Amino acid sequence: MANSGVQNGLTRKQISRRTLLAGMGVAGIGFSLQACGSGGGGGSGEKLNFYTWDTYIGETTLADFQKASGVKVQTSFFSTNDELFAKLQAGNPGYDVIVPSNEFVTRMRQANMLLPLDMAQIPNAKNIAPEFMGQDYDPAPKHSLPYTWLVTGIGYRKSRVNGVPDSWKWLYDSDLYKGRIALLSEAADLIRLGAKYLGKSLNGIDAATVKQVEEMLIRQKPNIKTFHEDNGQDLLLAGDVDLVMEFNGDIAQIAAEDPDIGFVVPKEGSLLNADTLAIPKGAPRVDLAHKFINFLLDAEAGKGIIETILYPTPNVAAKALMPESYRSNPIIFPTGPGMDASEWGKFEGPEQQRLFEEAITRVRAA
Amino acid sequence: MQGEIDWKRSKSGLAGLLGPPLFWFILFFAVPMAVVWAYSFGTNVGIADIEISGTFANYARVLEPLYLGILAKSLAFAALATLICLVVGFPVALAISFAPPGLKTWLLIGVMLPFWTNLLIRTYALIALLRDEGLINQSLSLAFGWAGFEPMQMMNTNFAVMVGLVYVHLPFTVLPLYAALDRLDRSLLEASLDLGAGHLRTIWNIVIPLAGVGIASAVLLTFIPVLGSYLQPDLLGGPDSQMIANVIERQFKRANDWPFGAALAFMLMYLTFFGIALQSLLKKKERTE
Repeated sequence: MANSGVQNGLTRKQISRRTLLAGMGVAGIGFSLQACGSGGGGGSGEKLNFYTWDTYIGETTLADFQKASGVKVQTSFFSTNDELFAKLQAGNPGYDVIVPSNEFVTRMRQANMLLPLDMAQIPNAKNIAPEFMGQDYDPAPKHSLPYTWLVTGIGYRKSRVNGVPDSWKWLYDSDLYKGRIALLSEAADLIRLGAKYLGKSLNGIDAATVKQVEEMLIRQKPNIKTFHEDNGQDLLLAGDVDLVMEFNGDIAQIAAEDPDIGFVVPKEGSLLNADTLAIPKGAPRVDLAHKFINFLLDAEAGKGIIETILYPTPNVAAKALMPESYRSNPIIFPTGPGMDASEWGKFEGPEQQRLFEEAITRVRAA
Repeated sequence: MQGEIDWKRSKSGLAGLLGPPLFWFILFFAVPMAVVWAYSFGTNVGIADIEISGTFANYARVLEPLYLGILAKSLAFAALATLICLVVGFPVALAISFAPPGLKTWLLIGVMLPFWTNLLIRTYALIALLRDEGLINQSLSLAFGWAGFEPMQMMNTNFAVMVGLVYVHLPFTVLPLYAALDRLDRSLLEASLDLGAGHLRTIWNIVIPLAGVGIASAVLLTFIPVLGSYLQPDLLGGPDSQMIANVIERQFKRANDWPFGAALAFMLMYLTFFGIALQSLLKKKERTE
């Protein structure tokens, strides 16, 4: 029963969070219309504008918040951080709460686009595991609180690989699985994880290391089937490839459908990401926004959210309420040397991004 | 003659008719294009701002061998896709123009039918057909499995990109070709056949020269959107399939380098203008002859 719920949630998630299907726009409209319909009875008429990823909230979360506070939440969706950034770049059109990823928190802070959070109004911040609170991407005073987190690793088909492919070597530097591997197309991910394989930190990568990774990828190119647009889990599930660079949340979804799917964080370490809750500058209802963030970090509300979206949560209190099948899921919460060696990515400015981007353009053109 | 309005005198009538589309054109085409054009002479300042500094640095970067190489490859891709569209589309257009009137409508609807479905959905349908365990490989192995059939590698190759480009752009070739062929003076074809030329010779010597303008606009209408395609290389292509539009897309999204993206995009625009100018020059020449 719990399992079927889990599976259901997983499949729904699969066609949402990080996928750019146009069809999802339609689902999004359905979602917000539904929200409008159920919100008609609200008495006080107070509203809150929430700008987030599609299907990234619990089924009853917003209705529960309305019941508790009388505030109706109006949701709109973005599909990439770049879209979120671009929308707020020209001035906040009225959003109260947004969900940027960690590196964009740094970037938006630098661009002076976020308000500092008043922690006295968010007592539920105590539910968040300490290792997620003091991270460099958002030093005190806090401008964001983590909502979910992710780690990049290797998803693989157990019956088609030898043992556990627990090294980036199998993706970057080996012809053992020629034509059966897919890497993310995102330039920063490719260079950073290549640097990890070379034994370096994924932050502060110098030009020589970029060059080294570039040459390695050009050598490896004949063995790579494709650079995928974050649909690696589909390629793996359909049997197009046997090893794929992907986020753990995405692989967890298909592992629930196919027991032959495994996931490992390579022993050299990997990249950690978080999606966070933040209040953009110019938010019309700052007090309500704090109230809403506090509500989302509540244990019961958090449980409702992860039951639906099944992403790793930094919310300890919510996690404790979840069934064993979630809490000890080795894909959602991986452990081992790879996790210990993993790092948070830092936002290092447009120059670094351009260096990465040019290197990958050269790899693709080679 | 007396029933018609003299547009030179009735200025308000002309303004009334021309005003709204002109306003539309300026507001939603000319102004945004001018903004992007201005960006192409800009510099990134800090994280969120672009200063229009009048620099040519972005264009200098476009002319680096790396990007020229990608551009050359994209032009070659687009030329090949256009050629295939032309070779496949010409007989189709010819057949439709000679079909009985009732059937003609249905055939034309058939050509346009794919437009009723979103491009992205159609591309995903191609993925379902082409992938290693897709419909084509599965049916072939069902039919020839006894003969030791091995699944063909079609997805994530330049072949798949070409299939996608041709499939999506074929209507852009067929429709202008049909328009040109449908207007042909049939008596010229009869004369050619009566005078002893075979069907192929008639097509080669009579139909193709007469349909020259139609063929030119079909080529233009196919070549330009193919050159700007980024969905097919992204979704169907392999590690080798990057086209210039993919590079442009990345500048505006992940790389967040709008000035350089704008310069790359305008490089394509300049090429397109050049193509259109060339075509109208050819047309003029044809008319004077």
